[in-house]
Amino acid sequence: MKRKNLAITLAALAAFVAGGAQAQNEQFIPANGYWVGPYAPGGSGFFGGIIDYFQMLNTRDGGIGGVKLTWEKCETEYNNARGVECYERSKKHPPTGASVIHPLSTGITYSLIEKATADKIPVISMGYGRTDAADGRVFPYIFPLITTYWSQNTAVIKFIGRKEGGMDKLKGKKIVNLYHDSAYGKETLPVLDVQAKKYGFEVTHIAVPHPGNEQQAQWLEIRRIKPDWVILRGWGVMNPTALKAAARAGYPRDKMVGEWWSGAEEDVIPAGDAAKGYIAAAFNLPGTSFPAMQDVVKYVYNKGKGDLDDKTRIGSIYHTRGVVAGIITAEAIRDAQAKYGKKPLTGEQVRWGIEHLNIDDKRLKELGAVGLMQALKVSCMDHEGGGAVKFLQWDGKKWNVITDWISSDQSIVRPMIEQSAAQYAKEKGITPRDCSKES
Amino acid sequence: MNWAFFFEVLIGGLLAGVMYSLVALGFVLIYKASGVFNFAQGSMVFFAALTFVSLTERGMNLWVAMAVTLGVMVVLGIVIERVVLRPLVNQPPITLFMATIGLTFVLEGLSQIVWGSQPHGLELGIPDVPMEWLSKSANINISQFDLFAAGVSGVLVAVLAVFFQKTRIGRALRAVADDHQAALAVGIPLQHIWAIVWAVAGFVALVAGLMWGARNGVQYSLTFVALKALPVLILGGFESIPGAILGGLIIGASEKLAEVYIGPYFGGGIESWFAYVIALLFLLVRPEGLFGEKRIDRV
Amino acid sequence: MLYREAGQFKTTYAEDQQIFPIRQDRIAMALLLVVAFVVVPMIANQYWLAAILTPFLILALAALGLNILTGYAGQLSLGTAAFMAVGAFMTYNFVLRMPWLGIIPSLVLAGLCAAGVGIAFGLPSLRIKGFYLAVATLACQFFVLWVLQRVGWFSNHSTSGVITAQKIVILGYEFVSPASKYLFTLAVVAVMALAAKNLMRSQTGRAFMAVRDMDVAASVIGIRMMGTKLLAFGISSFYCGVAGALYAFCYLGTVEPEAFSLDLSFRVLFMIIIGGVGSILGSFLGAAFITLLPIILSVLSGAFSHVTGIEISYAVLSNFELIVFGGLIIFFLIVEPQGLARLWQITKEKLRLWPFPH
Repeated sequence: MKRKNLAITLAALAAFVAGGAQAQNEQFIPANGYWVGPYAPGGSGFFGGIIDYFQMLNTRDGGIGGVKLTWEKCETEYNNARGVECYERSKKHPPTGASVIHPLSTGITYSLIEKATADKIPVISMGYGRTDAADGRVFPYIFPLITTYWSQNTAVIKFIGRKEGGMDKLKGKKIVNLYHDSAYGKETLPVLDVQAKKYGFEVTHIAVPHPGNEQQAQWLEIRRIKPDWVILRGWGVMNPTALKAAARAGYPRDKMVGEWWSGAEEDVIPAGDAAKGYIAAAFNLPGTSFPAMQDVVKYVYNKGKGDLDDKTRIGSIYHTRGVVAGIITAEAIRDAQAKYGKKPLTGEQVRWGIEHLNIDDKRLKELGAVGLMQALKVSCMDHEGGGAVKFLQWDGKKWNVITDWISSDQSIVRPMIEQSAAQYAKEKGITPRDCSKES
Repeated sequence: MNWAFFFEVLIGGLLAGVMYSLVALGFVLIYKASGVFNFAQGSMVFFAALTFVSLTERGMNLWVAMAVTLGVMVVLGIVIERVVLRPLVNQPPITLFMATIGLTFVLEGLSQIVWGSQPHGLELGIPDVPMEWLSKSANINISQFDLFAAGVSGVLVAVLAVFFQKTRIGRALRAVADDHQAALAVGIPLQHIWAIVWAVAGFVALVAGLMWGARNGVQYSLTFVALKALPVLILGGFESIPGAILGGLIIGASEKLAEVYIGPYFGGGIESWFAYVIALLFLLVRPEGLFGEKRIDRV
Repeated sequence: MLYREAGQFKTTYAEDQQIFPIRQDRIAMALLLVVAFVVVPMIANQYWLAAILTPFLILALAALGLNILTGYAGQLSLGTAAFMAVGAFMTYNFVLRMPWLGIIPSLVLAGLCAAGVGIAFGLPSLRIKGFYLAVATLACQFFVLWVLQRVGWFSNHSTSGVITAQKIVILGYEFVSPASKYLFTLAVVAVMALAAKNLMRSQTGRAFMAVRDMDVAASVIGIRMMGTKLLAFGISSFYCGVAGALYAFCYLGTVEPEAFSLDLSFRVLFMIIIGGVGSILGSFLGAAFITLLPIILSVLSGAFSHVTGIEISYAVLSNFELIVFGGLIIFFLIVEPQGLARLWQITKEKLRLWPFPH
């Protein structure tokens, strides 16, 4: 019996070392995500969205330029080591190897920066990851697309300023930054401090230790400070707990602004009524009314395919975020195909496509994604490309959009990004690319 | 010094401590009866709460759901005794501890396969908001729900105490806890007793799961509440029910006071280790915990 | 038959006390080293080197460290990942701030720093035992990570507290390719494993074991309790610290303190219990089991749905892997509570006669 098991194991390993099924006209994109553990709702929703969109393209258009999209899931458990293993496993997948990676974890993104750059595989960390990677001169293969944490943070402050009736009204206001005590949570401390100095408000950073399922002390402190606004920078269970704790401390929920990893249905539903009135930022809107989402429903779910087990999640924040990621990935491949021809592309070629992404309003309309996402223009200098966010308010049942796109303040963010990227380049001995020489 | 605020922190901390005790109780029960440090208690909390909330979401009455969940936990306890513990009788404690970690994986996978990994809200009908008269008159915010949870824990401890002191099974349990072999010799069926203990621990897990679930929502992270219970355990002693309660109160209060009054000087977030350090310092004075059984080393 | 030591006579004490007294063991060991150092880098592809073998070796080293403490000296610890974090962050700082030092001295110094932290947090072991001690070492786990996050110096004031490991350079040679990183790791691990094996045969090792088996009796026969226990903590943390540094420098590349979370401590503990408490070989077997099993399961489940064509939701599959993983741990504990090393020993005993049972 044991020997038989061993034989099967060896056979499977051999097949897998040799490289599985033979693929010809296929573009491989790994889906290294997480479907178990505390962050499973985020991982399964996001990758559900990407895969659904690819599936839709395959069914509706027969792939991109006649090249079918394929993917393979790998469980990272939101764990650095497993993430690296999945990356190594996926990168040699036939025919061209992994052509682009969405790590969906700030930690894994950090671990992949050097590896992916060396292997020439682009990493898209859409709305997470290393902020200063937006400086494409130092980080040619890393794309924190749409908005970075810092950009988003300036938009949040702008939103608060607007609510207060003008940026000059921010003077003397008290803002608490309640953050998850991790690399992810700490990322926005410096940019908030800079803005506090610029606008004259007072910011208090309060750390919540992982996992954040007990926040009484933090909220007592908030009660003592009596801030005008609380910025919630949580992840996983920390979000509903913060909302509940706010209710217990008698803090008004409509004075709490979450960032986009604190603003999904999964973050507010567990908090029940305590979440009513809570505001969160978003770079993608929920819903199934967009033509692109309609197509996903029509060509994928109505045919009984679809990656989400729970059909009620179609059109939820994480799901549409995944669809947006799918759109961006597909557009990058399309752009790269225009340059390199309609064939399976390598990571290096797709990287060129991402760097030359230009999804303007006209293109958004063709894609059926007007309102689902914002226009995006990436360049060698700027690996971010968008920068604007909308704000949503939870009414107990669904998210309602309460603003238009609020752009970030690049006059604050960009110098900080360049300084930080320059320090990284110096530490690692990287000579930044000369963007005027890039085609 | 703002005394109203100080008392708010203190009382809030004590009540939070009660929540820790609820989880710690489950550990204590099993350790007392079988000497197993059951790491799977956190997953049992998650499993129980998830089963309960999924049943109610499918339209089941609150009390029926509770009864069904309790039934499931009892069955689970019996199965664990059969499959995991019985073959491991007489193994060193670390092996048993390890087995319960293996059990953790099984339980977590199982509950997510059966019920999915989506988070759920849980309303028990007691709003988790400050009591108005108190915040108006004394400017102290105390949540109604916390008081309710404290009441539930009180009742739970009382029931467990009566169960242990007055019933036949309870006496058998204590006998087993004192000396397995002697208990066997006087004809106490060891295996039944262990199954019962695990079932009771399952019941405690259900209660803890309901309380924590109503507080933070029912999701995978419920398994992490076990970490909150560990310092309580070493402070109170692994074998003592009153120790679990008292340890919870001490840990809860001191942790909150430290985070609020000392934390800001160190950049906050000291809660993550402060409870352990208190427990550690305490252990240096009394190595067997507050109410733990004194160990006598014989050569 | 294959493993019979009949005919191998020991004529001197030195021969009798050598590290592998049986000839077959010596041959096997030499073969193993040749395979690991020469054959593997030649035949293994990048995925195997970078994603499986290197982390396996590193975690085996960490497990070895914990095994010295838990398996030999009998002190249960859940702070392994914290010691690894100290090693990783200190190596980063030594290389950053004293670049003239070179990587090996930096590794050693960082290991010594980890040892210092280990000794400090080992102090309670003089009074606390068993699970109480285990939970007390959790204080170390959480405290150390907190300090690494709070004090900007450790991460060179990086905004998010993340460090990026520098290149490993020895005498101008840069260890960049997966094969070179693997060889570097292997060399460190081999040297340290040999040192551990020898240490455990020495007076110190025997003192550890005496403390483990019965501390009161050990102190009666004149073993100093304090020195011995603290030394065990120190040596163990040194090993863990070096392992942590390798984890950052040869495997992950860029790490945040959370990479060294409690989960990792538990993983290492699994390794020594599954592999065999109090066995050098066990540390390696356990590390192989714990690092490889999830990967094999995930590959197998992928192959399963590929071959059979049955479409199972990936979430169910992932969860099922968890169940199988937990189930196998329980299964192995029931079948052989003393770990895989014990199974190996039984195999060896069987091999003395096999295939001629009479």
